[in-house]
Amino acid sequence: MEHLALDALAAFILLNAVIGMVTYVTLLERKFAARMQSRIGPYRVGPHGLLQPIADALKLMMKEDIVPRAADRWVYNLAPIVFLIPCVLIFATIPFAPRLGLADLNIGVLFFLAVSSLEIVGLFMGGWGSNNKYALLSAMRAVNQIISYDLPFVFAALIPVVLAGSLQMSAIVAAQQGLWFVAYPVIGQLGFVAFLVATLAAENRVPFDILEAESELVAGFRVEYSGMKFAIIQLGEYAHMIASSFLGALLFLGGWLGPGSDIPAIGVLWFLLKAMLVFLVVTWVRWSFVRIRVDQILAVSWKLLLPATLGLLLVTAFWVALRGGAGA
Amino acid sequence: MATVTFFVVAVLAVASALGLILKRNPIHGALFLVINLACVAVLYLSLGAEFLAAAQVIVYAGAIMVLFVFAIMVLIPGKEETGPDPRRAVRLLALPVGALLFVQLAMIVRPRDARVPPPPAGGSAESLGTLLFTDYLFPFELTSVLLLAAMVGVLVLARRRPS
Amino acid sequence: MIPAPPVNLAALAPTLVLLATAVLVLLLDLFPPRNDKTHLAVVSLAGVIGALLTALTRWGRDQRGFRDMVVLDNYALFIDVVICYAVALVILLSIDYLRREGVQTGEYYALVLFSASGMMLMASANDLVVVFLALELMSLCLYVLAGLFKQRLDAGEASLKYFLLGAFASSFLLYGIALTYGATGSTSFERIVAAASGPDRSVLFLVGLALMLVGFGFKISAAPFHMWAPDVYQGAPTSVTTLIATGSKAAGFAALMRLLLGALRGAQPDWGPLMWGLAVVTMTLGNVVAIAQSNLKRMLAYSSIAHVGYMMVGLVAGGTSGAGAILYYLFAYTFTVAGTFGVLTLCARAGEEAVEVEEYAGLGRRHPLLAGMLTLFLLSLIGIPPLAGFVGKFYLFGAAVQHGYLWLAVIAVLNSAIAAYYYLRVVVFMYMREPEAAGAQWTPSFAGGVALAVAAAGIVILGVMPAPFADLAQSAVATLVR
Repeated sequence: MEHLALDALAAFILLNAVIGMVTYVTLLERKFAARMQSRIGPYRVGPHGLLQPIADALKLMMKEDIVPRAADRWVYNLAPIVFLIPCVLIFATIPFAPRLGLADLNIGVLFFLAVSSLEIVGLFMGGWGSNNKYALLSAMRAVNQIISYDLPFVFAALIPVVLAGSLQMSAIVAAQQGLWFVAYPVIGQLGFVAFLVATLAAENRVPFDILEAESELVAGFRVEYSGMKFAIIQLGEYAHMIASSFLGALLFLGGWLGPGSDIPAIGVLWFLLKAMLVFLVVTWVRWSFVRIRVDQILAVSWKLLLPATLGLLLVTAFWVALRGGAGA
Repeated sequence: MATVTFFVVAVLAVASALGLILKRNPIHGALFLVINLACVAVLYLSLGAEFLAAAQVIVYAGAIMVLFVFAIMVLIPGKEETGPDPRRAVRLLALPVGALLFVQLAMIVRPRDARVPPPPAGGSAESLGTLLFTDYLFPFELTSVLLLAAMVGVLVLARRRPS
Repeated sequence: MIPAPPVNLAALAPTLVLLATAVLVLLLDLFPPRNDKTHLAVVSLAGVIGALLTALTRWGRDQRGFRDMVVLDNYALFIDVVICYAVALVILLSIDYLRREGVQTGEYYALVLFSASGMMLMASANDLVVVFLALELMSLCLYVLAGLFKQRLDAGEASLKYFLLGAFASSFLLYGIALTYGATGSTSFERIVAAASGPDRSVLFLVGLALMLVGFGFKISAAPFHMWAPDVYQGAPTSVTTLIATGSKAAGFAALMRLLLGALRGAQPDWGPLMWGLAVVTMTLGNVVAIAQSNLKRMLAYSSIAHVGYMMVGLVAGGTSGAGAILYYLFAYTFTVAGTFGVLTLCARAGEEAVEVEEYAGLGRRHPLLAGMLTLFLLSLIGIPPLAGFVGKFYLFGAAVQHGYLWLAVIAVLNSAIAAYYYLRVVVFMYMREPEAAGAQWTPSFAGGVALAVAAAGIVILGVMPAPFADLAQSAVATLVR
C-alpha cells in the first residue's frame, strides 16, 4: 500500500510539473515569436512579462462556459478530458535522468506511440460533438492527416530503436553514450529531419495545420469551446508538443547525456535544454512557413516521407546487421 | 490490488460492449468501442503482455478512426432511414437463440480446465519477436504475401480508369 | 541474435511457383503493350502449368516444413493438381472474355494466381493459423475479382456482399480457432489429434468446433451459410464465378477434410451427426430452389450448393472410401463446372453476357458444337453414365452405404433425380424452343475453345476409365485418414 502511495505522489508531482512547464512554454513561444517579428512580446505582467501565463490561465478559468444547444452533450463535454489524458499519460514513460522517471517500461517507445495515437479520439469527439460544420470538417481533416502521418512517425522513431536494439528509453539513451544517434552519418540526420517533420504533422502545427486553418475553418475543432474546456484543450496540445520534444531529445540527441551528466541534476538540465531546443525548432518553423494544401500534405506523407523513412529504416537495419548487432 | 483492477476493468469492458450494441448512434457506438478496446488493452497489461497491449492500442486506434469516418460518410448519423423491420418475425428467434448461447457460455466458464500453457517467456517484445521469426516464421511470411495481394486488390478497385 | 530456423522450401514448391509467377506478372504489367494483356495470360498459364508439373513430380515424396505447419503429402498434391486445372481453365476462358468486356488489367491474372496459391496452401496447411491465413489470401483476392467490373451495379453488390459476409464468416472461423486453441492448447493439427481423441471433450472444444464449421460452411457455401452464393455468382465476372465455384470450393473442402477427417477424427461422434444434417439441408435446398431460377448463373449457384451437399455425404461417410470419393468428385466437378461456366463465358447477346435461359433457345441450331458441349456438361452435372459426374456420385453414395448411412444415400439419390429437371430444362430450351428475339451468340475464341475441349475431355476420360484416378485419390487420402 505504501508503494502505491509513493507512486501516486510521484505521478502527482509529475502532473504538476507538466502543467507548470506547459504554462511557461507558452510564454517562451510568444517571446520567441515576438523576437522573430521584431517585437518584444508580453512585457507588462510581472518582470519581463513573467506572470503573463498565470494571468492568461486565470482569465480562461473565469470565462463563461458555453455549450451549443445542438451539441452532442456527452461527447462535447467529455472531449477535452479525453483529449488531455493521452497527452499527459505519455509523460509517464519519459525518463528525465537515469532512474528519474515514473516508469521506464521495456516497451517505452511503443507505449509513447500507442498512447499518443489515442489523442485523435478526443479531437474527433470535440469536432463531432460541437455539431458545427467547421469543427466537423476540421476533425475529418485531422483523421486524414493522422492516418497519413502515423506511419512515417513510427518508422522514424524506429530508427533509434533499431540502432539501440531496445524499445526502452533508458537503454536507447545508454546506447548513445559514445555518439548521439543524430551524429550517425546520413541515417542519423535524415532520420532526425523525418522525425521532426512527422512530429509537426502529428501535432498539427504549421505548415500542417489545415485542421484549424483560421482563414477557412475559424479555429477548427475547438471553435465552440470556451473557458476551462478551451484551456484544457490548449493544455493537452502543448503537453503533446513538449512530450514530442522530449522524445526527440531522447531518441536522437542523447537524452540527459552531456558533460557532467553523472550528477542527476545536471543530467536533467541537459535533457531539458535539448528538449527546449527541439521545441524552439518547431516554433521557428511555425513562424516562418506557410500552410500547405490538403493534397500537398497527403502527397508529402505518402509519396515522400513514407518511402524515405522506410528506406532509412532498411538501411539502418542492414547497417546494424553488418556491424554484427545493435547497441553501443 | 490486481483483482480489484481486473473487476473494475472487466465491468467497464462489459458495460462499454453493451453500450456499443445498444446505442443507435454509430458515433456513440464507435466511442464505446474505443473504451472497450482500451479496457482489453489494460487487461493484457495486467497479464504481463505489455507489447500486445501497446499493439492493441496502436492498431485499433487507427482502425477506430477509419470507422468514425466510415460511419459519418456512409451512415450519416442521426438521419438513419429506419422503417419497420421487414423481418420482424425473425426477431422472435433472438430470445431462444440468445438464451442457448448464454447457456453454452455458462458451461464454458464453469469447468476450469483450460489447458493453454502459460506463455514461455512473458509477453515482452523480445520473446514475441523470437517466436515470430522461429516457430511462426511461415505464418509471418504468409502474412506479407496476404498484405501484398490485398494492396494490389485495393489498387484494382480504387483506380480510376481513363475510358 | 535469433538463430535462423530450419526452412524447407521443398514443402512449398508448387505454391512458390505460383507466387513467383504472380509477382512476375505484376512486374511485366509495367511494360507495354498497355491495351492488351494476352501475353500476361500466357505467362500466368505457363506458371500454372509449371506448378502442375512441380506437383506431379513431387508425387509420393512427402515433405514437411516450418515445424510441421506445412505438409506436402499426396493428399495436398492431389488437391494442388485439381486447383491447377481449375486455374488453367479459368485463365484460358478469361482471355477473350475480358477483351470482350473491355476490362483488361494485368492485376487480374496476378490476383488469380495469388488466390490460387492461397488455395494450395489451404490444402497443405497443417496448423489452424496457416489455414486461416491461406483462406484469407484466397478470399481477399476473390472479393476483389468479384467486383472487377466496377461500372456494373450487380458487380458492386456481389463484391460488397461477398466481402462483408466473408469477413463475418472469417471472424466465426477465427473465434472457433481461438476456442479450439483454448481447449486443446495448440493450433497444430498433430497436437489437436491427441486432445480431440480423449473420451470426454470439453464444451469449450465443442463450441470451437461448431464455430469453425460455420466458417468453413460459408466458404464451401453449405446451407444455411449459402446466402451469398447466388448473388455473388450472378454479379461476379463469369470467369471469376468459375474460379469461386471450382478452386475455392476445392480448397475449402481440402482444409475441412484435413481438419475433420485428420485432426478431429477422434471427435467424429460430435461432428458426424451435424454434418449429416447439414448435408441433407444443403443438397435439398440447393436443388429445390434451383428449379425456380431463370438466370443460368443463379441456377448454377444453387446447383453448386447442391453438389456441396453431395460431397458432404462423403465427409459423413469418412474413411478412405469416403475421403477418396470426395477427392475424385472434386476433380470431376472442377472440369464439369468449368466447362458449364465456360460456355456461358463465351456466349453473348448484343455485347452483353447471355445469362437468361431464354437466350439459349435455339442454340442447338445456331451453334451445334457449343450446344453439344453444354449438353455434355449438364448431363455430367445430372450424373448420367458414362460421364464423370455419374462415377463421382456413385463413389460418394457408395461410400455412404458402405459405412451404414443408407438413408443419407437414399436422400442424395432422390435429390439427384430432382436436379435432373432443371438441368434438362436448359437442354430443352437449346434444342426445342425457338428464340423470341435474337439469342445468344458464340464469341469466337481459340483459348476458350481449348478450355472447353480440355474440360470435355476430362469429363469423358474420368467417366470412361475412372479406376486409375479413383485409386490415386484413395491412396492420396491414406495418410490423412490412417
